[in-house]
Amino acid sequence: MCVAAPMRLVSVEGEVGQAELGGVTRKVSLALLPDAAIGDYVLVHAGFAIGKVDEEEARLTLEAIDAISDKREASGGTDDGPGA
Amino acid sequence: MAPAHEAFRDKELLRRLLGSIAEEASRLGPVRLMHVCGTHERSVGRFGLRSLLPRNVRIVAGPGCPVCVCPASDIRAARKLALRPNAMLASFGDMLAVPAPGGSLLDARAEGAEVRVVYSAYDALALARENPGKEVVFFSVGFETTTATTAAVLSSLGQGAKAGTAPHNFSLISSNRVVPPALEALLSPRRGATDEAPAIPAVDGLVLPGHVSVIIGTEPYRPLAERLGIPCAISGFEPVDLARGILDLLKQIGSGRAQVSNVYTRAVLPGGNERARALISEVYDTADATWRGIGRLAGTGLVPKPAYRSFDALAKFEVGTEVGSDDEATGCLCAAVMLGTAESEDCPLFGGPCRPESPAGPCMVSDEGTCRIRYEYGGAR
Repeated sequence: MCVAAPMRLVSVEGEVGQAELGGVTRKVSLALLPDAAIGDYVLVHAGFAIGKVDEEEARLTLEAIDAISDKREASGGTDDGPGA
Repeated sequence: MAPAHEAFRDKELLRRLLGSIAEEASRLGPVRLMHVCGTHERSVGRFGLRSLLPRNVRIVAGPGCPVCVCPASDIRAARKLALRPNAMLASFGDMLAVPAPGGSLLDARAEGAEVRVVYSAYDALALARENPGKEVVFFSVGFETTTATTAAVLSSLGQGAKAGTAPHNFSLISSNRVVPPALEALLSPRRGATDEAPAIPAVDGLVLPGHVSVIIGTEPYRPLAERLGIPCAISGFEPVDLARGILDLLKQIGSGRAQVSNVYTRAVLPGGNERARALISEVYDTADATWRGIGRLAGTGLVPKPAYRSFDALAKFEVGTEVGSDDEATGCLCAAVMLGTAESEDCPLFGGPCRPESPAGPCMVSDEGTCRIRYEYGGAR
C-alpha cells in the first residue's frame, strides 16, 4: 500500500503535473507538494506526489557510505596498505 | 547521468554494508528486529535480505499492511453499502478479495453489486462525477502515506461544498489507521486497562516505514525510543537503505542507546510533509479503532471531522460497524503473523488451502501481506 516510486516531474500546471519514469508519463496531483518544480524527483503514491527526493542528499549519503566502508577496509587491510 | 537515488540498489555498496553489519553483529547476542511495513517485507523478500544477514540477526514482519488490519466489520459495512440499489463501491484492488464472514467485496460483485477498483481517492471522486445517478462510496484504507491523499480529496470537497460544486453522491468509509500510537500501544510492556489487544513480544529494534515518515516526519516516533527504550531507524526501500537501517540499529543496540535515526534523509524531513500533515488534521479527528486480529487500539483510527460528516458514508446511510468477534473465524494465523509471534510457514493453512487464488486470511490477499510475499519469495530465513 505504501509503495511510492520516484518519478521526474516534467510539467506543472497549477496543482497538476506530469511525472515520468522509464519512459512512462502519468498525471500526478501536486496538492500535497505545492512547491514541486519541473525537474524535481517526486515520490508518487496513489496519484499524488507526496514528497521530494533530494538528489544532493542522496549523493551525500552515498559518499558517506563510501567513506565509512573505505576506512573499514583500510583499517582491516593488508600489510602494504595505507594503515588506519 | 542516472539519478543518485538509483545507486541505492548498488550491489557493491550493499556488499560493503553487509560487511559492516557482520562486524557489528559479531559483538552482539541474538537480535530481533521488526519492520512494520508491507513494502519493507516485499523488499526484504525480493532481495533475499534475510539470507544475507548474520545468523544472530533476525528481521520479522510486524503489523504493516493496512488492508490486512482492516476489520471484517468494516468489510461487512462496505458490502451492505455496495448491495444497496443504485450504489457503486470503489476501493483499492487489494481490498476486494479480502475474506470476511458473510463474504468479500468480490462476492458482493458476484451478487450483483457494482464494485470498482480505483488507484486513487481522486479516481473514486471522478466515478461520482461521471455517474451522477449512483451513490459512490469509496472504501478508504491506508496508513499515513495514503491517508494524506484522501485528506487532500476531502479538503477539496469541503471547499467545494461551500461553493456548491461538491458532488452530493460521493462519500467514504474511513478505515485509515495511524501508525505511531499503534506501535506504542502494541510494544508497551504494560498495557492500559482499556486495551484488550495482545502485545508484540519485545523487539531489539524497529525499522520504521519510510513513506509513512515522508508524511509525518521523525517526531511522532520519539516515545518509542525515549519512553520504551527501543532503537528506531526510519528506512527507505532499496537494499542499501534497509542495510543502512539495520546497521544503524545494531550500532544503537551495541552502544546501549535508543533514538530515532533517519537513514532515509533523501526523502524524509524531520517535520515530514507539513502541507499533508495540515490537511490530515484539517479533515480528520482521531478515534479508537479495531485492527483485525489484534483488537482495539486507542487513537489509531481517523473519522471525518463534523464539517466533513456529510462525506462519511456510515453516517450518511446510517450503517453501523458493530465490532465483530468473528474476525478470526477463518482459522488461519494471520493475527499472530501480524504481531510477529508466528511465521507464515507456521500456519497449517499456508500454501495448502490458503494460496493467493484462494486466500483464507487477509495476509494472503494483499500485495503487502506477509503471507502473500512469503508465498511469492519464500524463506522466513
